[in-house]
Amino acid sequence: MSTVFPQWEVFVRARRGLDHQHAGSVHAPDGETALRAARDLFTRRQEGVSLWVVPSTEIVASDPADVDALFGPAADKAYRFPTNYDLPPDVDHM
Amino acid sequence: MSQEHFDALIEADERIEPDDWMPDDYRNTLVRQIAQHAHSEIIGMQPEGEWITRAPSLRRKAILTAKVQDEAGHGLYLYGAAESLGTPRAELLDRLHAKTQKYSSIFNYPTPEWADVGAIGWLVDGAAIMNQVPLCRCSYGPYGRAMVRICKEESFHQRQGYQIMLSLSQGTPEQHAMAQRALDRWWWPSIMMFGPPDADSPNTGRSMAWGIKRFTNDELRQNFVDATVPQAELLGLTPPDDALVWNAERGHYDFGEPDWDEFARMVRGEGEIPDLRIGVRRAAHDDGDWVRAAAAAYADKQAARSAA
Amino acid sequence: MAADLFTHVLRQGDRALVLSHRLAQWITHAPTLEEDVALANISLDLLGQARHLFTYAGELEGEGHDEDHFAYWRDASEFRNPLLVEQPNGDFAVTIARQVFHDQAAVLYWESMSDSGDTTIAALAVRARNETAFHLQHSAGWLIRLGDGTDESRRRAQAAVDAMWPFTSELLGADDEGALRADGLIGESIESTWQVAVADILLEAGLERPTSIEQRTGGLHGAHSEHLEPLLHEMQGLARAHPGATW
Repeated sequence: MSTVFPQWEVFVRARRGLDHQHAGSVHAPDGETALRAARDLFTRRQEGVSLWVVPSTEIVASDPADVDALFGPAADKAYRFPTNYDLPPDVDHM
Repeated sequence: MSQEHFDALIEADERIEPDDWMPDDYRNTLVRQIAQHAHSEIIGMQPEGEWITRAPSLRRKAILTAKVQDEAGHGLYLYGAAESLGTPRAELLDRLHAKTQKYSSIFNYPTPEWADVGAIGWLVDGAAIMNQVPLCRCSYGPYGRAMVRICKEESFHQRQGYQIMLSLSQGTPEQHAMAQRALDRWWWPSIMMFGPPDADSPNTGRSMAWGIKRFTNDELRQNFVDATVPQAELLGLTPPDDALVWNAERGHYDFGEPDWDEFARMVRGEGEIPDLRIGVRRAAHDDGDWVRAAAAAYADKQAARSAA
Repeated sequence: MAADLFTHVLRQGDRALVLSHRLAQWITHAPTLEEDVALANISLDLLGQARHLFTYAGELEGEGHDEDHFAYWRDASEFRNPLLVEQPNGDFAVTIARQVFHDQAAVLYWESMSDSGDTTIAALAVRARNETAFHLQHSAGWLIRLGDGTDESRRRAQAAVDAMWPFTSELLGADDEGALRADGLIGESIESTWQVAVADILLEAGLERPTSIEQRTGGLHGAHSEHLEPLLHEMQGLARAHPGATW
């Protein structure tokens, strides 16, 4: 019987002040081992100063079939953007 | 989600992401291609890995270790991309071990001399990079992203290989001869790494239409020859092809016809090396069974302890 | 005869190089692909340490020898590594037990050397300490998993600990370096701290700490086990076939 380790998603903070970004995945028996594997795999060239690992099964993802319902309605809300507001030239830097 | 939506995304040169609907053929083609690519990375560790403990200087030893380590890493990036299509890594490894999935036959050539390490870096990695750079724009998102990472990391692989060849070609007469022998061994296999001629490559058209492939085999092959011949000249080494000549009219080098029968034999996995390579892989996996079982058992115990 | 700083530096360089070689032998044979990467990484760190140490040994010796001289052009009897690191890899448990004993000693050694009166070694110690701290996390993490994993892994881990234990006393310092210590060039003895730290790891792993096993020594003085010679043969063969060549 061959053992299969669970998959972990890896997030790397490239440097202080930046968000953690998804980098890829590793397989590991537990979080501690996953962190070490992620360190060896994704930060060999100084790519990071902090790591997160999350069990892949814990990710809750939006359904691509819902893309229009979820993200379509944002399309016609021009009033959320500063460019929507014409102002006199003297104050247009606002 | 539907064929129509998929076609529209491809048409717009948008990326397909894991949860998107995709045709079965597209999915299967990608799983097969990405898995073969991943398998090639980890099998490719073997011919070079054999030289780590024998490298002739500590500097070369460090470089080669880092390179072989990168290859393991690249295998892992690629297995990750393949897994996003729904096939677990364990299953892909099983298929490799059972020989139902292939790896690049380039790794079934022997590496009897140190210069082979140089030639692999210069020629094999050079050809691989030429194949891989367009894959960074592959229509399947996770594959493209893995390739971006891989291409960035691999840029040193070819350079270190060429540097080995440079040191050898400028070294003692024995070293120079060793470099020429390696070029003789690896020239044609590298040329054939781009796959069969376009006329005999039935899947090229479909893969290009799907945005999985961006250039044909023969286009890439010509690029490789054009780039590599001047590099060989600089080394003072001669590619083993009498037909090799600059064609000013075409603006390209003309070159001879590879031995496609040999290519076919290699792809079929003839010879003793494929068994050797798969044997090493399988033994590593089987010998590691008890280790993986131990780690899983410990993780279960820890989970039970923290739940208690 | 009391050892000089050159001999001390050589002992450390040889330790790092020989263990790096052993770990490199795992590459493509590890239990998981992630572990191939991990072992290669540790091997590479140790190789880097060896190169720095050999370069410094060459300066101390003053005969114009570079790092490759010390790696490739000395015979087994001239190597000064502790016997532990030349022991064959065995199964994964043997490699891990060997590594835990080594890594714990290396962490303490480099910590103690960061105060060395020798500024070159003190500077190297800062980097090496960080590297070995991660190595210890890796090896101790595995030993705990093997010891507290399945019945089979526990049995193998205990056998590995028992097999490697006789080679541990040599890790904790040489019997002829008192003068170096008195001069402030090397730090305090790490022996008692090592004993406590290793006992803690074994306890967490649920493994027995061997007690009455006779210790084997000699490597620090060039008296090696039968395993070093073939290792060096593999490492040095190509370089020695081309005297004077550059690579």
